[in-house]
This record gives sequence, structure tokens and C-alpha cells, in this order.
Amino acid sequence: MEKFDIIIIGGGPAGLNAAMRLSNMNYKTLVLEKEKVIGGKLNQWDKLFPDFTPAIDVLKYLTENIKQENTQISTSTSVTKIDKSDNLWKVTDSNNNEYLADAVLITTGFDVFDARRKEEYGYGIYPCVITSVDLEKMLETGTINFPIETSDRRRRIAFIQCVGSRDEKSGNHFCSRNCCICAVKQAIEVKEVVPDSDVYCFYMDLRMFGQHYEELYRRSQQEFNVNFVRGRVSEIAPTFDNRVVLKAEDTLLSRPVKMTFDLVVLMVGMNPSEGTKTLSSLLDINDEYGYVVSQDEHVADNLTNKAGVFVAGTCKRQLTVPETMKDADSAAIEIANFLNRR
Amino acid sequence: MDTTMYNPFVMPFAFGVVILFLNLIISFVTWLYNLSKTQRKQVGRHIISWRTLAAIWECLRECLLHRNIFKRNPVLGYMHCSLAFGWSLLIIVGKFEASTYSGSFFTNPWLAIFFRYFEDPSRIFPHKELFTFLMDFLLAVVLSGLLLAVIKRFYSRLMGLKKATRHTPSDRIALISLWCIFPLRLVAESLVAGYRNNGGFLTQSLGNLLAPFNLPIDPIWWAYSIALCLFFIFMPFTRYMHIFTEILLIFLRKWGVVEEDKKTGYTDVELAACSRCGICIDVCPLNTAAKINDTQSVYFIRDIRDNVISHRIINDCLLCNRCVEACPVGIKSTKIRQIYREKKSFENKQYYDYLNPAATGSTTSGNKSPKVLYFAGCMSHLTPGIIDSMKKIFKAAGEDFVFVDEDKNICCGRPLRQQGFLDQANTLMAKNVQLFNSYNAEILVTSCPICYNSFKTEYKDLNIKVMHHTQYINMLIEEGRLQVNHSDKTFAYHDPCEISREENRIFEEPRNILRAAGTLLPLTNEKADALCCGSSLGNTVLSTEQIEDIRNQAMDVLTKDNPDYIVTSCPLCKKTFKKGLRNGPEVKDIAEIIIMG
Repeated sequence: MEKFDIIIIGGGPAGLNAAMRLSNMNYKTLVLEKEKVIGGKLNQWDKLFPDFTPAIDVLKYLTENIKQENTQISTSTSVTKIDKSDNLWKVTDSNNNEYLADAVLITTGFDVFDARRKEEYGYGIYPCVITSVDLEKMLETGTINFPIETSDRRRRIAFIQCVGSRDEKSGNHFCSRNCCICAVKQAIEVKEVVPDSDVYCFYMDLRMFGQHYEELYRRSQQEFNVNFVRGRVSEIAPTFDNRVVLKAEDTLLSRPVKMTFDLVVLMVGMNPSEGTKTLSSLLDINDEYGYVVSQDEHVADNLTNKAGVFVAGTCKRQLTVPETMKDADSAAIEIANFLNRR
Repeated sequence: MDTTMYNPFVMPFAFGVVILFLNLIISFVTWLYNLSKTQRKQVGRHIISWRTLAAIWECLRECLLHRNIFKRNPVLGYMHCSLAFGWSLLIIVGKFEASTYSGSFFTNPWLAIFFRYFEDPSRIFPHKELFTFLMDFLLAVVLSGLLLAVIKRFYSRLMGLKKATRHTPSDRIALISLWCIFPLRLVAESLVAGYRNNGGFLTQSLGNLLAPFNLPIDPIWWAYSIALCLFFIFMPFTRYMHIFTEILLIFLRKWGVVEEDKKTGYTDVELAACSRCGICIDVCPLNTAAKINDTQSVYFIRDIRDNVISHRIINDCLLCNRCVEACPVGIKSTKIRQIYREKKSFENKQYYDYLNPAATGSTTSGNKSPKVLYFAGCMSHLTPGIIDSMKKIFKAAGEDFVFVDEDKNICCGRPLRQQGFLDQANTLMAKNVQLFNSYNAEILVTSCPICYNSFKTEYKDLNIKVMHHTQYINMLIEEGRLQVNHSDKTFAYHDPCEISREENRIFEEPRNILRAAGTLLPLTNEKADALCCGSSLGNTVLSTEQIEDIRNQAMDVLTKDNPDYIVTSCPLCKKTFKKGLRNGPEVKDIAEIIIMG
């Protein structure tokens, strides 16, 4: 049974950033990643808001700066068991390998909300309805594939905010924080790829909290003519020519809205990933959604109620990529302090 | 007057009886007077018919023997039966005994009630010993029922009831006086028997035990008479009014009187016929899942009778009809709730003024005559998977159909009706009738049980056969027009409230379809006993958490045997269950199951 200073569960931005910091401090580090490749959700995203940094650049920086001789990375590996053995943590993976470590860092991240759960939007039923993740894949290829061919019509694209966020009925009361600005970013990108199109964004309210977000929102309107409509979409139905018609209420005009679109993008929210839910319940540190609960949000946000178990990133709550990176930094410091005391 | 057959203690009893009958006459006449025109017509048409005989038979069965309560719980049934049937036999046999004794049927009315006191033990009359035995036996039966009633007050679980109803002060007076009547009668008759040796096996034995104490007789007879008097005076203001009202209710119902949209005398009869047995509390999902235990039919009716009904009690009800299904008296309490929800003005009217009436769906396109009209309804439009599957089914069966609300037609009106917006609902209904009739189609198929129930029970002038899609799909399969592949999948079928209770019971069609498509698992609560999914449009006051509690209760039943699919035939149930599932069986509408296989 191999012994490490620290086992990091999850090889996304949080896990890799922590691995980079800790390996450079010469701690013997193991990263367990359930997918075939490391990088987590960075692999699903083309460019990052608000400055259109390619996600691959962030991933490249992290992998290049991890100190190889101190780090072991095991992909296609998920954790099945985690328990305390004497003063160490024993982690069992899906290949029945067992590892020992002084500390464990949970960075299992999030999954996007399963849009099929909001059947009224018809995801999986109408080809015109896609999610923000699907759109990002299209943007990576540099083309937007409209399911219905046409040559003579101006394309219409809708973004629908808060799909599976701030939605009592789907059981997710929280705001996913990323979708507002992400839709602005994607709307601009869509307009760049298909300049001859009309883009509408349906929202409850726009939460442009981060640096440069508000500026990007303004730019999207002034330079790219993106239209913002305040109102939740009630339902989407097919038209005779296989496009979709969207029903909503423009709550600023107090008028019902019925519009036909070539493409509808659902801005899916963030839910704890399956790995997050499994680990948080195995360790009994889960909240009502399955997120990992940190010891104290204000002063001990990377600690949990289990000594030696640390937490960073979106397995804790909804964070942006820069926030996740900074959270992983502070987790690395907490872990280094913990290991030094031993 | 035979002076030996009078004593002042009969006066409270006589006074009580007179007051009681005056009260009853006034109530009955008021109720009948307040019947609506159509209801009175129904009574007139059926009063001289076999229905009257059927009503008499049902009165015997339900008011005296309480067969429905027996079916639910034998101990509870025996309790009601021994009190009701036992007491009435006590009166009848007592009357015969008194008449035989005095040689005249028209003897003092109180003679039968206080017979042992006035009886001259030396006087011989036919079947004297038999009468004595019978009267003691009946008294014993009533006392045994009373004992159970007392036990029930304190240990209601014995009767299969988890909750006993709470009482008002007048209830309490009537209850205590009722509890006192028979023990007092026992002691009074026993004391007499102790002196005169005219008792039966029960009264004589107790009399012999009491004789050595030389107790005075008259005070106990006074107490007995006063207990009767108190009970008779308070009875019309308590739940015991149900004893007489239920008889009237059974007759009116047999004559074809039904609850209408507005309050009538029949509503008052139904309200007064509630015996407050509390059976509705235990079957209510609000109680069993969401711990809401002050809004059930019994409390709703009590609060109306006590004039303290609140907005919340009226509205906090799923209208799932499980209580109506379980009610031994058959009171349509959900219908009465809808009556009390009636809103005179459309509170939010100003918010909808901007809506263009012309934009609310097409109502005039009827130039072709298809065989089938498909009406998806608002809820199916929120679950487009169902519409998609229905279209494929129509295509596979080669059906000549028109999707009548493809462009989002107007609502069937039932959600408005359930919330008390009668005028608005009627406007929508009239438009829909006009639209449906304009097609000259044969069948109206809907994939929504709410619409189905509405078309079936509330639409009066519809010239078209209405079918729920489970019925229609089953018909296609039986006619050989639709092939279903049998798979090795297992299904748990959830019966939607709107088609599993009252007059709309669609149980076999969905089950036939699912048996053809795979294996159907048996459930602990199904058919008329199925649980509500919690998302009923009938209840607008529940919180999301409470709805989730009710949903989880229903899901526990469905997922118990780990089916591959939870199947339902209501878009609303489907949506509700889908929200509740994370890692479990998939939720599908029955139409989607057909298309999938």
C-alpha cells in the first residue's frame, strides 16, 4: 500500500491547481481522476468569460507547472471507499487499489443540470433545443449547426437563463452564478460566427457581479445587438417546419411573448457531481443537495469537520474558474500547514 | 289517564322529544325548500319509483347496520351497529312490550321508555319473559357498543383510526349525555328489579346486588330522563344530527339529486350528514405525508357548521377524492369545497386585461371532419414527450385525426373551476364545446386526466365520445391497429386521481396496455386507493416542501419493488415524479412506453 502526503480526488482545475502548488512545495501528491483525461470541465469549455481566454491555456499552464517527480496522476479512477486508518486516511479506488495519505483534498466538482428534467423546454425531444455545453462544443469547431437548413432567412437564437437554478420546482433554490455572464459570452461568440442573426436572452435578472462582467454585458448590446428580455420562459413547442416556438412573458412590458427560433440554448445550472455526492455522503459532510460542507465559510472554508479532509472548488458551491483556482490555492496553504504540524 | 303510568320524571324526556322533533321538522323543511329547481324536479320524478324502496333498503344497511364501516374495520363497524341498530331495536321492542302490556298500541309514549318503572310485576301478558330477556339483551348490546366508543375516545388505533376527531362544547354535552343514558337506564331498571323482581338476566342480577343498599329509585330515573332530554336538545347542534340527516341524504341521493355548482339545500343535508367518524383523516395525503391535520373533510365540514370556516381550510385540499372514496356516508366533500371556493370577482383581472381575446387559441377551424380529435391540454404541452408519442401512435394506427390544440388552445376550464372561478370556467367551456362540435368528429382523445374529467363530468353539450388516451390506446390494441412489443421491463403504474375515483375509474385499460408491453408490478396502494402525487391543481396553498413530502410518499409506493419504469397517464403526475427522481427508475407516460417498445 503506497503512502502519499496528500491524495487529491478529482483532476479538474481545483485539483490540478492544488496539485501544482503542493508538488512544488515538495509534498508527495496523488491525483485520482474518474475520466480518461485530466482537466475536468476545462475540457468541455472552449473559451472562458469574461476575457475569452481559451480553457486549454489554463489547463496547459497547470499541467506544465506540476512538479512531475512529486506527483502521480491516475486517470479512469474513481473512489469507492474512504476511511480513517490510525492517523492516516485510506482511500480505495474502483480498481481496488488502496492508498494511504496524511491528508485528502476533495475537488470532485459539479455536473451540469440535466435539462431533460425540465420537459417543458423539450431538451432531447426537439433538435433545436440544446444546452450551453452543447453550444460550447459547436463554438470549439467554429460553426453553429442549425438543425433546420435554410438559406433565405435571418437566424434567430434564444438563450434561456436559470434552467435548473433558482428554480424551486426543480429542487434547486441556488443561483449557479456562471450562467448570466456565460450567456453573454456565448451570445457574442454566436454573433461573431453568425453575424446575420438575431440573438435574444431571456432572464429573471442579470447578475453581473464579477470584474468586467458588466462591461461585457454592455458590449454585447452596443456592439453585438444582443436583445435581453426579462421574463421566464414557460414552454417550448415545435412549429410546422420543425423550428420551435417559445412562450414567455416580457415582464417589463407586461405582455406575453411568442417567438419562433432556429436554436434555443438552455443555460444549465450547476449541481454537485455524482462523485461529490458519493464522497460527501460517505464522509457524512453533505448538505441537502449533496454538496460538501466546509467547516466554516468565513474562516475555515477549505477544512471539513473531518480532520485531514480538505475541500476546494465547485464540490462545495457554485464558483467561477478564477474563484476555483484561488480556492485551490488557499486549500494548498491549509494542507501545507497541516502537513508541517505532523 | 292511568295514574300509575305517570310520574313527573317523564317530563324532561317528553320536553326533549318535542324540542328534538320541532328542530328536525324545521331543518328538514328548510333544506328541502332550499333545493334547487333541478333538484326538486329530480325528487318529483323519482319519489314514486323503485328508487324509494332502494333507499329504504340502503337506510337499513347503512344507517342501522353500518355495512360500509364494517367493511373498513369490523370493530368500528360493530360499535356503530350496536349503538344504532341496538338502540332502535330497543325502542321498537320496548314499544311492542309496552303495547302488549297495556293492550293498546296508542299508549303513553313514555311508557316504552320507562317501562320497568311503571310495570306491575304481578300483571301477566303474552311473551312477558321473552320481552324481558330481549330488552336486557339489547341493552347489553348497546352497552357493549358504548364501551367500545369510550375506548375509541382514548385508544383510537384499536378501530384502525390513527386520529379521532376533536370536539366542540355542544358535542361534548351531547356525547356525555349519550354516554350516560344507557348506564343510567341499566342502574334504574336494576334498582326496580331489585325491589320488584321484574328484571331480566342483566338487570335482575345487578338489581340483586344493589338491593341490600336500599337505594332510592326515583333520582336515578330522573337522571335517566334528564340525560335523554339533554341529548335530544343538543343533538341537532352536534354531529349526532347525522343520525337523522343521513336518512334524508340517502333518499335524496337515490332520487338522483346531486351537488351543484352553487350551494343548495342538498349541500346543507350533506354537511349535516357527516358523522365525524374521522375516516377521512387517515386517508388524506396531507395528513399522512405532510403532517397537515386540521383541514380534512371532517374539519372542513365541522368548521362550516360552526361558522368558523377559514380561507386556508377551504383551499388546503388536493381534491384527490381519497376521502370521498373512503367516506362511509358518501359525502362529496370535495365538491362542497369547490362551492365554498367560489369567487365572485376575478381578483387579478386587471393583470390580464391586456390579453387579446383573439390570441387565446383558435376556436373556429372546423371545416374538415376527422374521426378523432386529439386535445393535449395545457399540461401535456408542458410535457412534449407525451404529445410526440401520441402523434406517433396516431400515425402507427393510421388514424384520421386533428390535433385540436396544437397551437395552444384554451384551457379545459377545470383548474379555474377548482379554484372557484365559475364564470371564467364556463366561458372557456362554452368556447371549447363550440370548437369540438364544429368538427363533427367521433372521438375526442385527451392525454390529460384533468381535461378528461372535465369533458366527461362538466361539459354538458358535447356531441362527441370522450376517451382518455389509455382507453384509446387500449382500443387500438384490441382492434389490432397498434402492435405492442412485449419486453422484459417491469412497470409500476401510478393511477392519477382524476381517473381513479368517483365516477371516473379507468383501471383496466392502462393495466391491459402495460401487461402487453411488459410486467406490471402489484402495489400496496393502487386503483381507487392510489396516493396523490401532490401537485394537484386543486391546492394552491401548499408549499413546495409539503408537495415534495406528498410526492415522496407516493414515490415510496411506486419504487418499492424497483421497477424499470414508473408509468403514469397524467402529464402532471409525470412532471411531479420526474422532479423527484435522481437515481432511480425512469418516469414515463403510458404513451411513451408504447412508442419506446
